[in-house]
Order: sequence, then C-alpha cells, then structure tokens
Amino acid sequence: MRALETVLTQKGYVDPAALDVLIETYQTKIGPRNGARVVARAWCDAEFRRRLLDDATAAIASLGFQGRQGEHMVAVENTAELHNMVVCTLCSCYPWPVLGLPPTWYKSAPYRARVVKDPRGVLKDFGVTLPEAVRIRVWDSTAEVRYLVLPQRPAATEHLTETELADLVTRDSMIGTGLARAP
Amino acid sequence: MSRDSPLGLPGLPRDSEGPVFKEPWEAKAFAMALRLHERGVFTWNEWAEALAHEIGTARARGDADLGDTYYEHWLRTLEGMVARKGAASGDELDRYQHAWAQAAERTPHGSPIELRPADLTEPTVP
Repeated sequence: MRALETVLTQKGYVDPAALDVLIETYQTKIGPRNGARVVARAWCDAEFRRRLLDDATAAIASLGFQGRQGEHMVAVENTAELHNMVVCTLCSCYPWPVLGLPPTWYKSAPYRARVVKDPRGVLKDFGVTLPEAVRIRVWDSTAEVRYLVLPQRPAATEHLTETELADLVTRDSMIGTGLARAP
Repeated sequence: MSRDSPLGLPGLPRDSEGPVFKEPWEAKAFAMALRLHERGVFTWNEWAEALAHEIGTARARGDADLGDTYYEHWLRTLEGMVARKGAASGDELDRYQHAWAQAAERTPHGSPIELRPADLTEPTVP
C-alpha cells in the first residue's frame, strides 16, 4: 500500500494532501444525510418529487450533490403496493453522492446473493416485515446507474418541518433494507 | 461495527451508521482509485469490472467475501489497474515494497518510518 502510494506520488499521479482532503470529504461531509435531505424535500415538495422520479441525477444535483464517477442516478419510490431494494450483485456500486460509502453488509456476498433470491427474508433479518400483498422489486446497480429508494413518508408527520423529516430518513430506508422512522 | 450478526443470516455483517473505513489504509486505497479515475487513468466502468473480477477471484480462492475484506479486493484491483495502465509496474511496486520493508526494519520501534534513497538502491536480499 505504501509502495503504491510512493510510486504514484513520485510519478505525479496522486498528491498525498489531495488524498487526505478526499478521505476527509467522504468520511465526514458526504454521507447518508445528503440522501435524507433529498428524500425529505421530495416528501414536502410535490414538484421536486416529480423531478426526482423523472430525472434523479438533475434533481439531486439541484441540491448540490453530484457524483464523481459521472454515474446516473435513478430514484425508485416505495408505495403501499411496492417496496424497492437496492443491491450491486457484482461489486458494490452505491450512490456515493447521496449515501456516502456503503456499509459492510452491503458489500458482503450473503447480502448480494440473498437479496435477489429472498428479498423478503433479508428484510425480515433487518427487522422489517411487509404485508404479503406488497410486491418487492430489487434493483441491481451498475457502474453507470445507481439507485436511491424514496421511502414512504411515515404517518402523522404532517406537522414536521423538512429538517425534522430528514431526521427520520435512515440510510437503510434509502437502500430499501429499512423503513423511515416513525416520529 | 460488529461482525456478530443479529440477523438470522449467518455471516451477514451489520453495522450502525458508523465509520466506513476499518483502517486508514482502506481510506487511502479508496482515495487513490478515485484520483486515478479523475485523472483519466481508467474509466469507472473499467474499475467496476476489474473489481467485480477481483472479488470473484478472491471467492474462488476461498474468501468468504463478507464485506470485511472488501478493501483488500479494492487494493488488489488498484495494483492490477495501475500495472495494466502503465502508471506503476509490478516491478516498481516490488522495489518500493522491499524498500519500505527495509526502512521499517532499520527504524527503531516508536519512530516514524521514512524511506531513504539507500532503501531503494540496496540489492534485494536473495
């Protein structure tokens, strides 16, 4: 690792200071809170919600969150009839600009394999039981397309502000392994 | 970040919304790949493909692939990628690996390890 860094630094491919800035950014500035802001905005603003579902890349960029890999974002909306879950079966493509870096379980083979075969079982393992009538759709991310789940707005939250609503949006609810928290 | 899975699923690691890197080198490896991509050394598609291939190879070797070895796969992908793209050859990496090992050996415990030109020029131990 150090060897790699030394060689690349000497050849001018990387600059250690720039690497530190990048790491700092990903560890502290980019994280699931960006996604939570997107979701809360969509819950409060019907026009934004429509734009998010039409063209998530542009809608998310309008809040100032943009990908570094030129990835295309797609938002998928949970409803009373449909629950969405996201995986990357091959590696672990993940919507970094809105969710930060993926949790360990997202990168694990058991999740990657099982969510496709038995999404309801995986949900149960995450403590979520959906009515049998709710269909589950699993989206497989790629290097080019990353998905963000737009969870259902919890009941009895009409009085909450957008900031308060964002606090109810968990990382897992935007991957589809969880639901938004009740207030 | 606990590896004991509270899930009924053996081996599926779970965590809270905690830190994303276990150790500093993971963050370094992550950032280096991003920088090289931004500099146009490879496309992100190439990266994802190579990483997926590396993960597949690791699993074939018997890696349980529980997410905790993810950045090891990442680093191996990075090494392969820089060699393929001519950014740093396997020989160069070996040379520097050896140099760092040598520097570590001569540095007293507790002091920062620094690379000196001599570490690079001395012949490899047979």
